[in-house]
Amino acid sequence: MKNELPKWADYGLIPLMNLAVAFLVSGLVVLFVGENPIEAARLMIRGSLGYGEGIGFTLFHATNFIFTGLAVAVAFHCGLFNIGGEGQAYIGGLGAAVVALAFDRIVPWWITFPIAIAASALFGALWALIPAWLQAKRGSHVVITTIMFNFIASSLMVYLLTGLLRPQGSMAPQTRTFEAGGQIPKLDFMMDWFGLDIGGAPLNLSFLVALVAAFLVWVLIWRTRFGYELRTMGTNPTAAIYAGIPPVKTIVVTMLISGALAGMMALNPVMGEQARVELDFVAGAGFVGIAVALMGRSHPVGIVIAAILFGMLYQGGAELAFDMPNISRDMIIVIQGLVILFAGALEHMFRPTLIGFFQILSIRFSSSSKEAA
Amino acid sequence: MDLFIQLLDTTVRLSVPLLLAALAGLYSERSGIFDIGLEGKMLGGAFGAAAVASLTGSAWLGLVTGIGVAMVLAMIHAFASITARGNQIVSGVAINFIAAGLAVLLGQSWFGLGGQTPQLPNSARFTPIELPFAEALSGVPVLGPIYSDLISGHNVLVYFAFVMVPVTWWVLFRTRFGLRLRAVGENPAAVDTAGISVVWARYRALMITGVLCGVAGSYLAVAQSAGFGRDMTAGKGFIALAALIFAKWKPVNVMFAALLFGFLEALDIRFQGVEIPGIGAIPVQLMQALPYILTVVLLAGFIGKAIPPKAGGVPYVKER
Repeated sequence: MKNELPKWADYGLIPLMNLAVAFLVSGLVVLFVGENPIEAARLMIRGSLGYGEGIGFTLFHATNFIFTGLAVAVAFHCGLFNIGGEGQAYIGGLGAAVVALAFDRIVPWWITFPIAIAASALFGALWALIPAWLQAKRGSHVVITTIMFNFIASSLMVYLLTGLLRPQGSMAPQTRTFEAGGQIPKLDFMMDWFGLDIGGAPLNLSFLVALVAAFLVWVLIWRTRFGYELRTMGTNPTAAIYAGIPPVKTIVVTMLISGALAGMMALNPVMGEQARVELDFVAGAGFVGIAVALMGRSHPVGIVIAAILFGMLYQGGAELAFDMPNISRDMIIVIQGLVILFAGALEHMFRPTLIGFFQILSIRFSSSSKEAA
Repeated sequence: MDLFIQLLDTTVRLSVPLLLAALAGLYSERSGIFDIGLEGKMLGGAFGAAAVASLTGSAWLGLVTGIGVAMVLAMIHAFASITARGNQIVSGVAINFIAAGLAVLLGQSWFGLGGQTPQLPNSARFTPIELPFAEALSGVPVLGPIYSDLISGHNVLVYFAFVMVPVTWWVLFRTRFGLRLRAVGENPAAVDTAGISVVWARYRALMITGVLCGVAGSYLAVAQSAGFGRDMTAGKGFIALAALIFAKWKPVNVMFAALLFGFLEALDIRFQGVEIPGIGAIPVQLMQALPYILTVVLLAGFIGKAIPPKAGGVPYVKER
């Protein structure tokens, strides 16, 4: 018997068990602040899935996490840890804003939108370029450099939003509101097909862009030559180099794709919701991407599922904070942290036990089948 | 001269949390455990310290609690990265989230002030200590003001932080414990072969990390300010991480890096919006980003080379 689990246990059972423990501990926290955890869970599920507007918000949040989750996953496959999704998305917002501000008064949205997609991807990718290059050429740890770049991005955006991008006469640190030509249409018609009313939920076309991006990432990683090189580099760099795969190019291009995906996340809040760039609009989505990629086992299908789960958490958590006075929105951050801890850092915690369990099971099974024979 | 001393005085105050957190990270990373959760541990410590100080009215009980909270978070990190052999970066991210969320959630639930803790009276804080003869010597030219204004008149945690620099140097480079700690960070297999427990050495290193982060957090909440506020660490844990790398993982360098980054912050506060002839006003944001930019430049290899401990980030699996 090898020290391995059946695939369904590895990809299904372990994430579910980890998630269950994370929610159990979250329940204890709810209990600790004096509320009923079962009631809280019911409120969260109803708030996120119970009606059209709730579903709209859930998918709106999920859109952000699909992009940032894909960004982390692509880098993961190459053995790189891009923790800079936060900053790349922030700068991606700058790209989207530049396009929207330039075109929103001249052309309709369907001309602005594709250009904005390209610009946000380009800006996000450029923000990943220096850490990528330093990792590939100088061996500086990409984790550290991307953390530093998150903070540099934050300072840069504060500088721009309080200065250059702020309309004259306004005190608020944000750009002017984009006209219709710079806004992405809502997906209310799609919700209508299912007989749901989207209400005020800002679910928009960028959700579909996110799904397309997920498909393209699947194609890239498992169906292209570059994807093969990228995975080889991630699994065994020495073998990859020996096989003639160019390390610098592979690392840099992977990080650029990762940064581009993170950058595109900005489309959703900037052009789909607020119709302007506000301070800190990324609001941690870059870090949630890490959890999403881990839970989704870095596979696009898993990432979409995990992103929707986190979307539920965000929307349900907001409803929860509204209905339970003792619980603030910070509960979402706690649950998020616990999910990252149990599904990410402690992902191997149950593995040995589970392997032992399966071994016992298989020994029993083989001995009983012998008796039968 | 007065202005200069004031500037240095502010520098000292601002660099203390950076120094403590960077030293905390030094123990962890030298033992081979990456720690990007310094921020979370500091924040947790700050909340614990402020909450207990406001409930009991004692700064010391606050300090003990702050250390306790940071220690618990450090042990979660230790369990995840040493025992469960999980990803150390992911664990650090998780700790930052948990601390940031829990502190405000519990703060709101206990005190109902939007996540803040009540304003602490001076009796529940660490207040400045006058060193002997500070008053008498203040008249002496040059050295007088330096002694009475710059060296004297800080709270006890400031002195603790600076005392920890030579202590850390001595522990790491002159004791058996320190030798083993550095060895598990460079080549754990060799340490294991010598019959020394890698796991125990790393756990002990992370305990020290917890204590120092707790002191750093307590300093923020019950010495520098009078209470806890949402996100009060404001990225200091990451600047400390930058300082640690900038110092190339060496204790005395860590002090100078922390002082440098503290000095940049002090300059920023002091000269905000002041026009410099020929250049114009330097944007506040540039000053705030400077520690990170400097660290990236260092990492790029333009100012010497920063080589991290060899076994950093890799969980140790004992050979069987």
